[in-house]
Amino acid sequence: MSDAPALLSVTDARLRFGEVTALDGVSLALRAGECLGLVGHNGAGKSTLVNVLNGGLALQGGSLRADGQPVRWDVAAARALGLRCVFQELSLCPNLTVAENARILHRGQFGLIWRAEARRLAKAALDAVFPGHGIDVRAQVASLALAQRQMVEIALAFAEAGPPPRLVILDEPTSSLDASIARQLLSHVRRFVAAGGSVVLISHILSEVLETATRIVVMKDGQVVADRPAAEFTPAGLVAAMGSTAQERRRAERGAAPAAAAPLVVHALPRGLPVRVAAGEVVGLTGLAGHGQTELLRALHDRLAPAWAAGRRPAVAYVAGDRRHDGILPLWSIRRNLTVSALSALTRRGLVDERAERAAAEAWRSRIGIRSPDLGLPILSLSGGNQQKVLFARALLAGAPLVLMDDPMRGVDVGTKQEVYGIIRAEAAAGRAFVWYSSEIEEMELCDRVYVFREGAAAAELAGAQITETAILEASFAGHPAEGAA
Amino acid sequence: MTLLRKPWIWAWIAAIVVYAATIAATAGASAAGLAQAAFTFAAFSVIVGLGQMFVITLGPGNVDLSIPATMTLAGTVSLKLMDTADAMALPGLAVALGIGAGVGFANYALIKALRIPPIIATLALSFVVQSAAIWTNRGLRIKPPETLAAFSTGNLWGIPNLAIVASLLTLAAWVLLERSAWGRRVTAIGQSLPAARRAGIAVHGVRLSAYVLCATLAGLCGFLLSCFSGGAALNMGAEYLLISIAVVVIGGSSVAGGNSNVPGIWGAALFLFLVVSMLNTYGFGAGPRMILTGLIIIAVILAASLRGPASRGM
Repeated sequence: MSDAPALLSVTDARLRFGEVTALDGVSLALRAGECLGLVGHNGAGKSTLVNVLNGGLALQGGSLRADGQPVRWDVAAARALGLRCVFQELSLCPNLTVAENARILHRGQFGLIWRAEARRLAKAALDAVFPGHGIDVRAQVASLALAQRQMVEIALAFAEAGPPPRLVILDEPTSSLDASIARQLLSHVRRFVAAGGSVVLISHILSEVLETATRIVVMKDGQVVADRPAAEFTPAGLVAAMGSTAQERRRAERGAAPAAAAPLVVHALPRGLPVRVAAGEVVGLTGLAGHGQTELLRALHDRLAPAWAAGRRPAVAYVAGDRRHDGILPLWSIRRNLTVSALSALTRRGLVDERAERAAAEAWRSRIGIRSPDLGLPILSLSGGNQQKVLFARALLAGAPLVLMDDPMRGVDVGTKQEVYGIIRAEAAAGRAFVWYSSEIEEMELCDRVYVFREGAAAAELAGAQITETAILEASFAGHPAEGAA
Repeated sequence: MTLLRKPWIWAWIAAIVVYAATIAATAGASAAGLAQAAFTFAAFSVIVGLGQMFVITLGPGNVDLSIPATMTLAGTVSLKLMDTADAMALPGLAVALGIGAGVGFANYALIKALRIPPIIATLALSFVVQSAAIWTNRGLRIKPPETLAAFSTGNLWGIPNLAIVASLLTLAAWVLLERSAWGRRVTAIGQSLPAARRAGIAVHGVRLSAYVLCATLAGLCGFLLSCFSGGAALNMGAEYLLISIAVVVIGGSSVAGGNSNVPGIWGAALFLFLVVSMLNTYGFGAGPRMILTGLIIIAVILAASLRGPASRGM
């Protein structure tokens, strides 16, 4: 490594969001002429770190230096330094053309008559990274395929306009590119780095990171747990570094998985394994966040819950993870929120039997421990964890043989989690089936079987004692670039 | 006081105040007559208002603008069918209700199948319905059957028959909204459509039934109004477009949906009629009367909203 000061460095960076520690003393230096691979599982702190580096988030502790000097760091300062960022969620304006997007991204570089200039810039940028790309820069972004949009976004990040790019952060850049396009990108990254640029590469495809990066940083729980030259890592070693050591626990709590019972429901996806669920089973969905788990749950629910005429006994119940958006009915009392999925069973000749409703709600209040003096109080008077308990009780009271759970433990305290785990196991023992998506790997160890999702499909299935953090990490990161995405 | 915290109380207070002010101006001469007239005309507003309330409860963007056209078509066709024959009264009523139900289905078909926002879908359909009414009517004015005319203008122990009909419907609507599982589901959808869907509610079935109920009540209202006023007229529904929405809002139901009440609709319907009578009594011309009506409506809504919405703890 050169003795020149790092292009950008953070020392002992700390950042908390409420109760959640996102960065817990991270130190990292980005130097010219190197490609840094950044890997870690959900919630490891990668995105937070990227947002600190690009000036989007201010540090609560620790310091940041640019070119060796302490600076006031914000988005404008990052831009002036030559930092460019490509996010996983595309940030182009879909209603504008490729050239117009280039104009917006690199504002201030153009005169009054800018269209021809912008077209030239966009075309040159695309030609440089993706020779033979076949994208018309006069086309509206909305008319492009997803992969083409991602190519535009990447190419514009490397474009020579404004402050020259010195540090480019690529967050899952190849997630929608096919193998040959991804190779073009990675060889451009190598060229850029060889010419003295610096790149941060975040990818769930470990082979890409191992081939392209010169140095790899592994994050876990808001800390850097490994920072070594890429040559010192093997794929297995990288997975091991991401996981925690000695976490074989809770296994004894669970009885044997039900032996090959007839599946209650089978859901085939366009690619990958079909998802099967049998009565009395707890089936986990895992993998990196946003790889199709929630979509599977929604598709299952849409398929099994009638939208025109509901039967007397629901076939499926749903526990929302996004409480505010698709869980809570905010104007209602706790009781009404709890009983809404079971109304059919609580109705006599079309009218709600309020005595039966009260009894059912009280029974669940004591069983799941909802902390409120009166279930007639508004649902919003409860804390988040207790609201989530109400949503659990709602799903279980519905009496459906299948319960779908969409990362329901987000923002729930540890005590509540343990109570709910117990109830899930008890209900499963009584014959109910659960499909449980969780972004926390430890929760998967409570499941009978687990599907690891990658790129919208169930890529691997693990059962019983196979369900370990290492196995899940291996399957989550084992991917090859998606085929035929363009 | 708990009564003052009810969202519907302000419409009733306003109606009583306006009534008292009108009576004061005439030195009490018209107390009974004014009350009778108010209850008769409010009955029409209440019938369409109840339907509109269920639609508005479905949440932001849900409103039925086809009520006036539905009223007109139902009145025109049923009178033509009955052709002044008393024996045809029941078939006439059935046709009026059937036309309403059909319009309701068509409304939701446009909203769901073509994904048109309700405000556009119901307005567009209302042009079709209104044209159908013009085509059937052809300038003819057919009188209602004798018994129906007598019934709709008559009263029982001083209470107008129409007010009795509207009161029975109000009671039914209250049971439906507050006590039935269907009412719960409508209210849940109005608070959050995605949450209601994930709670297992058959959201399309429930929304469809609310639109059908609303249009059916509009059909009934058109039938009664044309019997009451001695024949169907092509513009007979016009003023009920605004009224059907105004009685819901003034009555203290949330325009954003999910939180409605039934008693307020009666208070608001009486109030809307009485304001105009009061301003007439005080001798205002047409222009100032409309301006004052608007200002008074704004004042009542403000008074109700400043008290803050009462929580629906149940």
